[in-house]
Amino acid sequence: MAVAAARTFDHANPRVAAGVIALAAIGLLIGGAFVGMVWEAARDWSGAVSAFDGYMMRVARFTLWQAALSTVLSVVPALFVARALARHPRFFGRAMVLRLFGVPLALPALVAALGVLALYGRAGYFAAPLGYLHGGQWPGIYGLSGILVAHVFFNLPLATRLFLHALETIPADQWRLSAQLGMNARASFRLIEWPVLRSSLVGVAALVFMLCITSFTIVLLLGGGPRATTLEVAIYQALRFDFDPARAVALVAVQVTLVAVSVYLLTRLGADLAAERGLPVAPSRPVFAGPVERIVNGTLILLALLFVAGPMAAIVAAGLQADLMRLALDPAVHAAAATSLVLAFLAAVLCIALSLCLVGGRHALSQMRGGRPPVALESAMGSWAAFVLVIPPIVIGAGWFVMLRQTGQLFALAPVMVVTVNAVMAMPFAMRAIRPAYDTAAARHDRLAASLGISGATRWRLVDWPVLRRPLLTGFAFAMALSLGDLGVIALFGSDAVQTLPYLLLQRMGAYRTADAAGLALFLGLLCLLLMTLADWRARPSR
Amino acid sequence: MNTPPQDERGASIRLEEVVFGYAGAASMRFDLSVEPSSIVAIMGASGSGKTTLLNLIAGFEAPSAGRVLIGEQDMAGVPPARRPVSMVFQENNLFAHLDVAANVGLGRSPALRLTSADQEEVSQALAQVGLAGKEKRLPGELSGGERQRVALARVLLRRRPILLLDEPFASLGPGLRREMLALISDLHSRLGMTTLMVTHHPEDAREIADTVAFLASGRIEAVGAAAHFFSEAGPAGFRHYIEG
Repeated sequence: MAVAAARTFDHANPRVAAGVIALAAIGLLIGGAFVGMVWEAARDWSGAVSAFDGYMMRVARFTLWQAALSTVLSVVPALFVARALARHPRFFGRAMVLRLFGVPLALPALVAALGVLALYGRAGYFAAPLGYLHGGQWPGIYGLSGILVAHVFFNLPLATRLFLHALETIPADQWRLSAQLGMNARASFRLIEWPVLRSSLVGVAALVFMLCITSFTIVLLLGGGPRATTLEVAIYQALRFDFDPARAVALVAVQVTLVAVSVYLLTRLGADLAAERGLPVAPSRPVFAGPVERIVNGTLILLALLFVAGPMAAIVAAGLQADLMRLALDPAVHAAAATSLVLAFLAAVLCIALSLCLVGGRHALSQMRGGRPPVALESAMGSWAAFVLVIPPIVIGAGWFVMLRQTGQLFALAPVMVVTVNAVMAMPFAMRAIRPAYDTAAARHDRLAASLGISGATRWRLVDWPVLRRPLLTGFAFAMALSLGDLGVIALFGSDAVQTLPYLLLQRMGAYRTADAAGLALFLGLLCLLLMTLADWRARPSR
Repeated sequence: MNTPPQDERGASIRLEEVVFGYAGAASMRFDLSVEPSSIVAIMGASGSGKTTLLNLIAGFEAPSAGRVLIGEQDMAGVPPARRPVSMVFQENNLFAHLDVAANVGLGRSPALRLTSADQEEVSQALAQVGLAGKEKRLPGELSGGERQRVALARVLLRRRPILLLDEPFASLGPGLRREMLALISDLHSRLGMTTLMVTHHPEDAREIADTVAFLASGRIEAVGAAAHFFSEAGPAGFRHYIEG
């Protein structure tokens, strides 16, 4: 046993080293941001302290309030939609509904926000009927209502899928049993479905809450004025419009505190923020719902479907109305598309490299320790890395912004910031795709490869690449899609010199060229959807 | 719904040219007639349709053609809860978050509204299967054999004339299995429920069944007295299945 461990140790060393380097790089990115903050706070502490005023308190309160409301409005209906889907495992279009519920996850927040505006905005498709109900000119849904609609659009389908996943773990025999015992819908909810839903409720609500409390793009586009601003948007405004780094530092401190306290409380409640999210498959089990329940469930599913499909349809409809020919010939669009693709590609490459280093390092360390409990380094490469998910990109961006602003090279560094921050943000997802395959492959091949003397590049080419190709592609496509659609970092660092597609889209919107924005949103949405479909491809078994 | 049929003796079962097909698989076809209060061992290779046969009788699957009759009543369109049938699965017979008494009590009220008389009956049923005093245990604290006994206690409470057993002892060791068989046979002699039991073990069938139905590729190949099946003159396909 000890001999085997020692032997693996020799071969494992470079992997551990690579893992440590990756960890250090991530630490540098995140730590550097905080150093920038602390330094700025020390330099201008009176400015930072005076930023804690009534406005700040209002913004902090609104941040929490909108996140809490969004969570309730997403999670509670999702419980019932998921239940309805679980009660009817076979109906025409069920697979399509589930696919459609997966689309918001793949859409950039920017595109979704535009879809919501195109539907419910002042000049949206629903403006006339809504105005009629409103009794006058429809004012549009800026402010809290807009933020809530967009958040629910994202999180209702997500929560539904997660709850459905939980419900699918109920053994088919128990559904049969409930049918045989004659449980009605209420009894079966109370005795069978609710216990399962309750156990995943905290986790799902926690996830949605974290996504909403760190939401930037949606609030930036749909929030209205100082009354509907979150901390993240306030950080952005302090840096880009008020040139008030001291205030930004104070805001970041509040945001980081809020996030940290939320994470602490939610994990104490039993939420696993780094949990696996899979696509539920329809099981083969019979349907026993009565006629009334069928109608209720059908209505529920249909309403959820309309709510989710509405903004998507609006994106397509508004996008097709744009002068796509002119957009396609616009050199600014070409430049932004090229910049976006290059940066997203680089971010994906970096993301995969970091993930592979961490996954490899973690595995090597777990081999070396044998049966002993994991050392901190191994945990750092494993579960801790997943926690970068809760660090908002805007916060990292703001830290570096504050630190680099004196160099005069701020906007030249934009590409570096976009690539690194997005790579690190996508890393938890990439690691989740890669790690299971890597660990299985390593367990299967390590000894064989060592005994045959296959190592280094040869080993990579002959042994690792064929097995890891698919999960690597998944992680890559996911990272690229995430990076393509990101508005957070580029909103801070973007300039006329460095424009990505989301940045250009935001500019066109600001210049009231709404049709252009709609056309770009359609293009961006399709691009991200394509990449996400590619990423989902691995869901099918390779043999 | 709340008052299950009080018929304590068994009912006859008849499958008339029942056809059933899963999507993408060859269709199955069953013709079977079971005398009231008999014990039938359903045997056959994996995938031969044993569980499907029970599911059709219990109403978990609907035939695409033919009739399922229980006590001469056509069961078409009758939901599982309204059929005079109790079924015990191989596992997952209990809800893990409900205690033993509640799991049994579900047999009386599917919404778990139990009077004190009902609770008294739950305790009696548990005592009859040898689990007296374990009312407050959770299924996770019981052994596999005890969990199946809880399921049988619920069967007692429901008092349906037909009992379907889908390999309920497959995950138990040989000693426990023999004990459970004795329990089934004891319940049968007292209540006379028509019992259909899917099993892979010839000794199970030999011990308690009076009839054997042998299934092969979605059809009932042979039905007959257990004594005949296990004699030298038994059907060739069946002898091949048990002897290899």
